[in-house]
Amino acid sequence: MTLPQATFLILSATALLSSVMVITRRNVVHSAIWLIVALLSVGGIYLVLQAEFLFAVQIILYVGGIMVLFLFVLLLVNVDVAMRQALFSRQWGVALGTAILLLAELVYGLWRGQAQPAIAAAPASGVSPGNTQAVGMALYQKYMLPVELASLLLLVAMVGAVIMTQKRFE
Amino acid sequence: MQFLFRHPLILSSIKILVVFMALSGVVAYLVYMERKVLAFMQARLGPMRVGPWGLLQPIADGLKLLLKEDIVPARADKAVFLLSPVISLVAAFSVFAAIPYGPGGWTITNPNIGILLILGLSSLGIYGIILGGWASNSHYPLIGSLRSAAQLVSYEVAAGIAVVSVLLIANSLSLVVIVNRQQQMGVWNVFLNPVAFVVYLIAGVAETNRNPFDLPEAESELTGGFHTEYSGFRFSLYFLAEYTNMVLISSLAVVLFLGGWLRPFSSLRWLWPLDYAPVVALVGAGAFVLWLGLQSRVRGERMFFAALAILCAALAGVVGIPLVLSSIQGVFWLTVKVLAVLYAFIWYRATFPRYRFDQLMTVGWRRLIPVALSSLIVTATMLIWTGYRVVPLLAANLLAGILTAWMVSVRGAGNRSRPTREAI
Repeated sequence: MTLPQATFLILSATALLSSVMVITRRNVVHSAIWLIVALLSVGGIYLVLQAEFLFAVQIILYVGGIMVLFLFVLLLVNVDVAMRQALFSRQWGVALGTAILLLAELVYGLWRGQAQPAIAAAPASGVSPGNTQAVGMALYQKYMLPVELASLLLLVAMVGAVIMTQKRFE
Repeated sequence: MQFLFRHPLILSSIKILVVFMALSGVVAYLVYMERKVLAFMQARLGPMRVGPWGLLQPIADGLKLLLKEDIVPARADKAVFLLSPVISLVAAFSVFAAIPYGPGGWTITNPNIGILLILGLSSLGIYGIILGGWASNSHYPLIGSLRSAAQLVSYEVAAGIAVVSVLLIANSLSLVVIVNRQQQMGVWNVFLNPVAFVVYLIAGVAETNRNPFDLPEAESELTGGFHTEYSGFRFSLYFLAEYTNMVLISSLAVVLFLGGWLRPFSSLRWLWPLDYAPVVALVGAGAFVLWLGLQSRVRGERMFFAALAILCAALAGVVGIPLVLSSIQGVFWLTVKVLAVLYAFIWYRATFPRYRFDQLMTVGWRRLIPVALSSLIVTATMLIWTGYRVVPLLAANLLAGILTAWMVSVRGAGNRSRPTREAI
């Protein structure tokens, strides 16, 4: 087993384990901490796959931004009360259906992708131009319109959220 | 033997060890410097008891913190409580692996996503603060960590935008390339985009929770902020992380805006005497220490200062060797600049009163972010329009910066620092 393979196995095992921990902890803050661990290991997997830009974005956006806001909200929750409430409620059927659907999708995807080649070879040592440029070119030249549309949608959502939190407006 | 030193892992490990040790020492004496500078600004003497001029104070403080009892509150969430300071410290220290200390071999690593890596890793440090405050199961720490989280998330946006305008000029995310680019341009980035530098510096002060943005640990309101319940060794971890972050923000400011390891006016050949600054600085330090020793009446102190002076002279001699001089050139200038920025941080603490919390949010969202955004847009436009030319970039940035600052401060919509008529 090569070093990348071993790293990949360790990281994915960590990601899976911590994901299980996320949904089984009674304490919401502990769940959030395990979610951070899961996101970090997924970031590590990106790095093993030599997608260093994706890794950095994963850390900055998900771990450093979104999860901080999650925790910020969770700190305001009364954990003692939340811990007494039932963890798994009436949504068993829906959850099971969704899980089966997701599993089927995953299996289908894996089956279709079987023939694809594995990870590309490592570039020569030293600083390679990296895939940051590649991502930038793809986003802002090839897929310019979808990106702009998505950003406009996000802007509208943001403005809407701000307006909805205003107490009164004429 | 050759093989051992060629191997990237071994060489990196040695470099990491050196940086770690040096950083710990720098942080310890940064606390001493802060106490001394603040004392002198307030017409006091500061620490004077432990060692001559209190020079051994950091060591005494460290020992005291190590020997104190490590208390875990009874109703605390124990695992998280114990883990949090470690998160803060690891995040603060690991970032220094990606900082370029000098040209060539003076960097530990040069990842091509350098600046993103640093931003990402340093943003992990906030978990130490949030989780530590929450796990203490106490009111003051919780309020402290809430404030801290809100503050960091707000100011990270402004700092990030300010950094992007540097990246536009350098055309790269690698910190080594950013410094090299400043050498090619002949000017430091601060002279291309002073607005971004000011925004970055203010946001940096806010991100390190320092005056005037030190609300997360405002003593008069929250006793100690998020680390109220921490004692002994764990408190010292937080303390160390905080000062390490200060060094990090100043190092980044120097690398991004102040030319990194470059000598001032590095493009002017006839200023070669500046290359001998390390020797002059050491000789000056030696002379100063000698003068201090001559003034002292205590025999032990006189001997201590004499020994220090001899050490300085010996170091000056070693540094004077041409080969050594040329190789430490970069590190010397980086250190000098970082110390200057750190001094400014301490200076702020002595100068500015603390913000109110709503003022802090106003400064972050309504003032800094618009100014940073305008600077980013103007930089991008000028780079396309006039190319990499110094004067148009500088002029346009200054103009846009002043205009935006005036708009957001004087005519800013919803300037709520004064109560409106409806509120009354």
